[in-house]
This record gives sequence, C-alpha cells and structure tokens, in this order.
Amino acid sequence: MERIPILKMGKFLLVSIQVDMHDRLALTLQDELTARIVEENAKGVLIDISALEMVDSFIGRMLANIATMARILDAETVVVGMQPEVAITMVELGLSLPGVRTALNIEKGMEILNSLLQSETQDGTEGSET
Amino acid sequence: MELKVLKRSTFPIRSEEDIVKARQIVRNWANEVGFKLVDQTKLVTATSELARNTFVHGGGGEMMLEQVEDGTRSGLRITFQDHGPGIPDVTRALQDGYSTAGGLGLGLGGAKRLVHEFSIQSEVGKGTVVIIVKWV
Ligand SMILES: Nc1ncnc2c1ncn2[C@@H]1O[C@H](COP(=O)(O)OP(=O)(O)O)[C@@H](O)[C@H]1O
Ligand SMILES: [Mg+2]
Repeated sequence: MERIPILKMGKFLLVSIQVDMHDRLALTLQDELTARIVEENAKGVLIDISALEMVDSFIGRMLANIATMARILDAETVVVGMQPEVAITMVELGLSLPGVRTALNIEKGMEILNSLLQSETQDGTEGSET
Repeated sequence: MELKVLKRSTFPIRSEEDIVKARQIVRNWANEVGFKLVDQTKLVTATSELARNTFVHGGGGEMMLEQVEDGTRSGLRITFQDHGPGIPDVTRALQDGYSTAGGLGLGLGGAKRLVHEFSIQSEVGKGTVVIIVKWV
C-alpha cells in the first residue's frame, strides 16, 4: 500500500507530502500520525505542504483534524511551505484552518515548535518550584 | 457571442483515483490554454470539489472537459454529470457549511466562487449536472 513517510526528529514528527493524495491516503496519514504521536510521545508535528499544488476542503479538513487530535495528545502542529496561490485559493474557497499554526518554511516551523516546547518546559519548572 | 468548442474529452469519475486524475488533467489543459498559476490552482481546486461530489454524493459519473472560445476570450468549460440521487434543495446545498455527509459543506459554494460561470441542474432520483467555466 502507498503511504506517506513520517520521520522522527527528536521530540517532533516530520511529514513532507510529496504526492497528489487521494482521499483515502489523506485519511491514512491522519490515522498514522495520530498513532505515532502516542507511540513516540511526540511534542510537535511539522507538516511540509510545499509540494502540494492545491488544498481543497478534504485536505483542509485533514490538516485541521490532525491539529485537533495532536492537541488532545499534547502535541502542537505547524503546517509549513504553503504556496501563495494555494493560500489565495483556500481563502476564496472559504476554507480556514482553525487551530493550525502555519510558517513559511521548515526552519521557521521548527523554531516555533522549539519555542513552544521550551515555554512548556519553563512553565513546568515554575510549577514545580511553587 | 457564439461559443466555439476547440477540444473536448470525457473522463470517468468512478474512484478516488479518478478525482486525482481529474485534477491533473485539468491542470494540464489549464496550463496549455494559458491560465496564470493562481487561476490554474483555482480551477483545479474547483474540479477537485466537484469531482468528489460526483463520486461521493452522486455515486460516480463523468467529467467532460472542453476548451472554449467566445470570440474574444478562451477558457475551459467543465461539466460534471452523475445519475445519482439528485439534490432536493439546491439553494440550501450551495450554502457554505451545509453538508448531508459530514463534510465541510464548502464544495459547491466554494467552487462557484473560484470560477466565472457556474450552473447546476439537479433532479431528485435522476441525477446532477454542474457546469463551470473559467476564462483566461
Ligand atoms: N452530485 C451530487 N449528487 C447528490 N448530492 C449532491 C451532489 N453534490 C452535492 N450534493 C449535496 O450537496 C451538499 C453540499 O455539497 P458540498 O458543498 O460539496 O459539501 P460536502 O461535499 O462537504 O457535503 C452535499 O452534502 C450533498 O448533500
Ligand atoms: Mg463536496
């Protein structure tokens, strides 16, 4: 079966969508990512969509679902690399991605995840001190 | 102005893979006709929504792709047709957020916003035809 690879980088999971996904493949990715967050105790998910030529309502819903499930499992999601024409089209389609953080590229996305993880650790330390 | 059809092809929409193919074929034609990248993306996204409706709600059908010209402009006309259950209330189906299948309900309304011309004809028990046109 065709699948999209999920890489582990420290406390984060990294997915780069390089194919034009049919709907079942998108749902498989959603399920596998959720399972891997639990397995690896991941704190963040980075999804690179720079190779995606469009985001329709199905893929948009998949991205929003991933972010929602990740949050329930105590992980943050950042979607990176959205092409400008894809963003413009999404707005006109009426699609918003509630709860999904976005960043320009992988580097910026990693910065966001790292700083989120850091502030969480600091909160934890403060909590244990008081 | 009389519409001239320069090229025409029909493709089945009977599986999820066919939806992907429909996107790719429309992308190729849109590129050949000379659409800008952002307009290609709009047309491909509208195609994806309508082809999915044909497959998921209409039980499968076909897409007819036409390169058209009206004297001053060239463009693409795309017809999605199925012989599925039809839509009882088209006005409602066009509203953002309305879905009978747990979807986001953005397919019809969204596709309409992404093209220049949009028409829908649906009859309960007979099927649905959606026609879109986008000009370069
Ligand atoms: N080809 C079709 N055949 C039958 N019903 C359809 C068709 N296309 C759309 N519909 C109906 O219109 C509703 C809205 O469609 P759409 O805006 O694409 O949202 P969604 O697909 O997310 O439900 C669908 O839920 C369905 O009830
Ligand atoms: Mg739809």
